[in-house]
Amino acid sequence: MSALLEVRNVSRHFGGLKAISECGFSVTEGHAHGIIGPNGAGKTTLFNLITGIYKPTSGEIVFAGDRLDGLRPSRIALKGIGRTFQNIRLFKQLTVLENVRIAYDSQLHYSPLEALLTLPRMGRNEAESIAKSSALLEAFGLGALSESLAGDLPYGLQRKLEIARAIALNPRLLLLDEPAAGLNSGETAALTEFLRWVRTEYKVTLLLIEHHMHLVMGLCDRITVLDFGQKIAEGTPEEIRGNKRVIEAYLGADEE
Amino acid sequence: MAAMAAFFKKLGANRYALPVLLAVGFVLSLVIPQYGLLNGYVQFVLIMIGINIILSASLNLVNGYMGEFSVGHAGFMSLGAYASAVLTVKLLPDLPDAFFFLPVIVGGLVAALAGFLLALLSFKTRGDYLAIITLAFLMIVKSALENIPYVGGPRGMLGIPKLTTMAWAFFWVVVTIWVLRNLLYSKFGRAIAAIREDEIAANSMGVRVREAKILAFSVSAFFAGVAGALLAHLLVFINPSSFDILKSTEMLVMVYLGGIGSLAGSILGAVIYTLLSNWLQDFGTWRMVIMPLILVLLMLFRPKGIMGFRELPWFLPKREARRKDS
Repeated sequence: MSALLEVRNVSRHFGGLKAISECGFSVTEGHAHGIIGPNGAGKTTLFNLITGIYKPTSGEIVFAGDRLDGLRPSRIALKGIGRTFQNIRLFKQLTVLENVRIAYDSQLHYSPLEALLTLPRMGRNEAESIAKSSALLEAFGLGALSESLAGDLPYGLQRKLEIARAIALNPRLLLLDEPAAGLNSGETAALTEFLRWVRTEYKVTLLLIEHHMHLVMGLCDRITVLDFGQKIAEGTPEEIRGNKRVIEAYLGADEE
Repeated sequence: MAAMAAFFKKLGANRYALPVLLAVGFVLSLVIPQYGLLNGYVQFVLIMIGINIILSASLNLVNGYMGEFSVGHAGFMSLGAYASAVLTVKLLPDLPDAFFFLPVIVGGLVAALAGFLLALLSFKTRGDYLAIITLAFLMIVKSALENIPYVGGPRGMLGIPKLTTMAWAFFWVVVTIWVLRNLLYSKFGRAIAAIREDEIAANSMGVRVREAKILAFSVSAFFAGVAGALLAHLLVFINPSSFDILKSTEMLVMVYLGGIGSLAGSILGAVIYTLLSNWLQDFGTWRMVIMPLILVLLMLFRPKGIMGFRELPWFLPKREARRKDS
């Protein structure tokens, strides 16, 4: 098993604030890798660095042998990294099907001119996109809702649709930013099972930020812990559970 | 009223209705001027409706579907008008009437080039800032034209041949709507809608935001240029101040009246606006009170316009219409 994603010594400063400083870790292909840490530890900033929304102040990010830092977000997405957002960012006024099709569109091959003149290759590509996107929605149990507006879906289904949309990119790595946020414990247990299914069904490596410890400990093969923009620990769930620095970061150090 | 709505719904769903209507419309557009079936003024108004449909549909692509705010479309229009007039007046004065499509296309291409450059330069700006850039563009085009003696400076160009007929106007309306429909229901159209909804999410889903914006601006500017070329060869006289901010405002009214994000809305807006503004001519100065008032009321009570983000089945490609039925 090799490293699919390598974050090497990455820093990101916003003015004087060191949101991420000299952070490094690697994600093994096929793993579910968790990122945990208190609020403001820099977890989402890290995702935004990996997906190109921010550029690192220094350091390198390498995905499947290619440098990602400095690339546009769309290029990074097309290299095989899908993501969801902490505050769901669906295309709310578009239908469920259109949401998925937009992500699937990167795999369609026709030029603007072919589109403007509606030449045959465009028609074939479009028909294929409708069929594949509908099949994906069926697999996610959203088939019956494909003509509803994404913004009209209940919260839990919006989260699910966001994952479906990311999967439509056909990614090798899926970044999930707090997928269980706002879910109760029963729903979280179901989500854990669901993510296991996604991982094997679509052969995708998971990198997830999460606060629900049940989900993280139950799902992840490896965990990286951040605090104040720095990596303070890394290891298997068992190692992390017993790590003194992690407990300090979450609960505060004993004053002796 | 309900019976009428039902009738229109049935008509909209009928697959043969549109081609038949188009054929009848085209024949009429040839026959009416030939036999003088309508008086000259009515013919003029009908051609203006056609030109305004092209304008509102083209502006709707940027302001409605992509959710940006361009006030510079009169600039694209004037580039199309001047480029085509230079061809028919100065470079190809002996052009046969049947080749009128040529200067119109050149006018469209010149405008599209300007749209391309504008989108390229302003790619990172959004919202208010983009609106200001398009306003600056409009002013630059106007003052540039005023200072080029070759095209008559501030006095403008005279003696442009009257080549815009009802048939040509009808032809270009059909081309505009057809091309825009094809674009909107393609991956590029979905990319444009995704940018409107959430640019960051679009980017992260592999949408090439820069390319999509450039495409939208270029296509939109092309058709604004086409409308400009048609207008120049209808009025047979143009000057830089015919394409000022008021002209852009007219287009905005049409788009926001008919409905953003809707081809049917663009057509509806252009028809209502053209008829209304011709009717209001009789009211003299009051026109300048009534028109803005309509815009204010519209923004207050129906900000997305009459058709806002709704479409008639006619303007959907077959595969989309079929899917929506099932």
